Amino acid sequence: MTLDPVLQIFFDEAEELLRLFEDGVLGLEQASGDRECLHSIFRAAHTLKGNSSMLGFERIATVTHALEELLVRLRAGESAPSRAVIDALLSANDMLGTLVARARANDDRDVPGVGALIDMLADHAQSVGHVAPPAAPARPSVSGEEALYAIRFEPPVDLLRRGLDPLRLMDALAGLGEVSDLAADAKRLPALDALDAEGSYFIFTCRLRTRAPRAEVEACFEFVDEPGAVHITALEGGQDAAVPAPSLAAVDALPSPHEKNRWTEGETQSIRVATEKVDRLVDLVGELVITQSMVAQIVHQLGQGAGAGERLPELQEAVAQMDRHARDLEERVMAVRMLPIKTVFGRFSRVVRDLAQSQGKRVSFETRGDETELDKTVIERIGDPLLHLVRNAIDHGIEPPAERLQRGKPEAGRLTLGAYQQGGNIYIEIQDDGRGLDRERIRSKGVDVGLVNPDDTLTDEQAFALIWEPGFSTAAQVTEVSGRGVGMDVVKRNVEALSGSISTQSVAGRGTTFRIKLPLTLAILEGQSLRVGGEVYILPLATITESVRPTTEALKTVLGTREAFLMRGEVLPFVRLHRLFRVPGAVEEPTRGLSVVVEHEGRRVALFVDELLGQQQFVIKSLDSNFHRVDGVAGATILGDGRVALILDVPGLVALGKAA
Amino acid sequence: MSARILTVDDSCSMRQMVRAALEADGYEVREADNGETALAALEVESPDLVITDLYMPTMDGLTLLRAIRERPQHKFTPVLLLTTEHGEEMKQRGRASGATGWLVKPFQPEQLRQVVSRVLGAARVRA
Repeated sequence: MTLDPVLQIFFDEAEELLRLFEDGVLGLEQASGDRECLHSIFRAAHTLKGNSSMLGFERIATVTHALEELLVRLRAGESAPSRAVIDALLSANDMLGTLVARARANDDRDVPGVGALIDMLADHAQSVGHVAPPAAPARPSVSGEEALYAIRFEPPVDLLRRGLDPLRLMDALAGLGEVSDLAADAKRLPALDALDAEGSYFIFTCRLRTRAPRAEVEACFEFVDEPGAVHITALEGGQDAAVPAPSLAAVDALPSPHEKNRWTEGETQSIRVATEKVDRLVDLVGELVITQSMVAQIVHQLGQGAGAGERLPELQEAVAQMDRHARDLEERVMAVRMLPIKTVFGRFSRVVRDLAQSQGKRVSFETRGDETELDKTVIERIGDPLLHLVRNAIDHGIEPPAERLQRGKPEAGRLTLGAYQQGGNIYIEIQDDGRGLDRERIRSKGVDVGLVNPDDTLTDEQAFALIWEPGFSTAAQVTEVSGRGVGMDVVKRNVEALSGSISTQSVAGRGTTFRIKLPLTLAILEGQSLRVGGEVYILPLATITESVRPTTEALKTVLGTREAFLMRGEVLPFVRLHRLFRVPGAVEEPTRGLSVVVEHEGRRVALFVDELLGQQQFVIKSLDSNFHRVDGVAGATILGDGRVALILDVPGLVALGKAA
Repeated sequence: MSARILTVDDSCSMRQMVRAALEADGYEVREADNGETALAALEVESPDLVITDLYMPTMDGLTLLRAIRERPQHKFTPVLLLTTEHGEEMKQRGRASGATGWLVKPFQPEQLRQVVSRVLGAARVRA
């Protein structure tokens, strides 16, 4: 579904505002009655109210209005909000989240509980304090006949300093019809020594013949509401009554839902980018254009017969500079897709609060490295795995307060979400100071579910690896949130789908740290290039476990046609890439080529290639829109010499090897 | 040359709405997300009109308005306030700080265009 860009921005922003709101409420609860939190909550509610009413989302507007009433009183009051008020604010937040989601999905059905919530907010507002309700707006008068008005305008002296120019007001009148007999009366002009050079002293008079309703004539002076400043007298037609000019508030009933699209027309998906990122791009493009013109100039001079020997160093320098700029540009264009991880981390303070509360545990939650940036796609998909790990930490890791005290730990457990960048990777850590993983319990559970032989002894590493196995769970009791044995294997799969991996560190009694390693961006691949005949292919570096030159003994033919590769007693499917992709001129003799072993989800295949070339970063180009899907190919990239190389799809090849 | 308008609001949606409405009438629109960035933009862009929200982080609308009025080269620049309050009190505070006028949310694009063209004095209010 495509969306009007204004609506798109509204929804994105609404979600952001609700996150701010929630953070603010949680902050308000922690630092009971913190003014800064209260201000930011108010701003968020206020903005959401304004925006939703502008776009005609009445339910959101009504709820935010009730919310604002309560917040205005909280702000005016001195005391910290009660627990009940905090809960009401959080309920309002949840309800608004639902309403925004419904509006985004264009779902018009009634949401139960809106009325009750508004009543509750109003009740709280009443108990907090009293503020006079706003006056009801009036209705404007309407007309249509041609009329002639005599207008006398005696501007307040400070008119200019309010940004109003009397001549412009006269222009505005002229826009309504025909202005005649315009005159300026200087009788108010003071003596020179008393004259304020910026004052407006002239009194203007004119006649206006117009078909516009009187209200519009008056509206020209709507911001000049000093009594006696404006006199409009109907000479012919028009209603004549000294009606004060209506304020704009008078015209503005809530727009009906079908009117909301008057704001814009159009479509397309959008990404919100920090202005400074765009500015840097613009700067860099400027630099690039300059160096490009330098190169062009030198080349032109060479063409005119300038000495190649003298100009060469200059040309080399210019090309080197252009190269640098192009690299920078690539990096920064990539950065446009990068978002700070706080958009994900931000959600967790609420989750942690609610989970801890439901389990009778006390948890102090902290985030670190909120500004660390990740690819938009990663940001969108990392939330669920993190949620599982956080739930797991509160559910199984952190002990109940009594048990903690018994063990000499502080009553409240500590849970930290942190992110940092190292090299081409982002690391996300979920750290708790709870029980830690119990190797023996994992082992015995592993035996129970048949993943471990009763006689096996396991290292920490082997034991911890078990928790990622499908169907494994160490929860002694099944709780509402986790412990059903689904989850951890899903976490691992999700992370792997993002080309990432998870490692575990745990000390019994001290706590557990899960570390997720993710590539900086999904659009760049750390790859190994390899040759098959005249073609170059790319393998994701992380999928390669080893490369060996096959011996004749290592190759077996099974089931007549299929080939298997024996490696240290293990039998791996042997996939000849030149056959799979029908590449002519490739090495056929196994002992003269290489066998590259790749792994996916614990399954391995040996890919037969001519030789390995080099390791480097490749920019991934999608093939989806232009080509039919080919098994074993994930995408393409453009090599330094301009040729196209295909990026191999390791999960696909592993599946192919299994089927072959 | 078309008039240049600076819209100041911490809400991106609101800036977009203002932009969409005014660009449709051929105005050039610039954006700032709070009073401080607006003051910076003021120097660079020299807008013919400033439309500002009241509640914004870092620097609110009234502070911005007063700062504009203190600057010799911008003291006559029209400034419209966007507000959700209907109250007379708000108008008085705005007036005291040198506001040209105000628009009460919610408003329709057409209303915004009318007010802007009146303030800028463009003689093409009505077709």
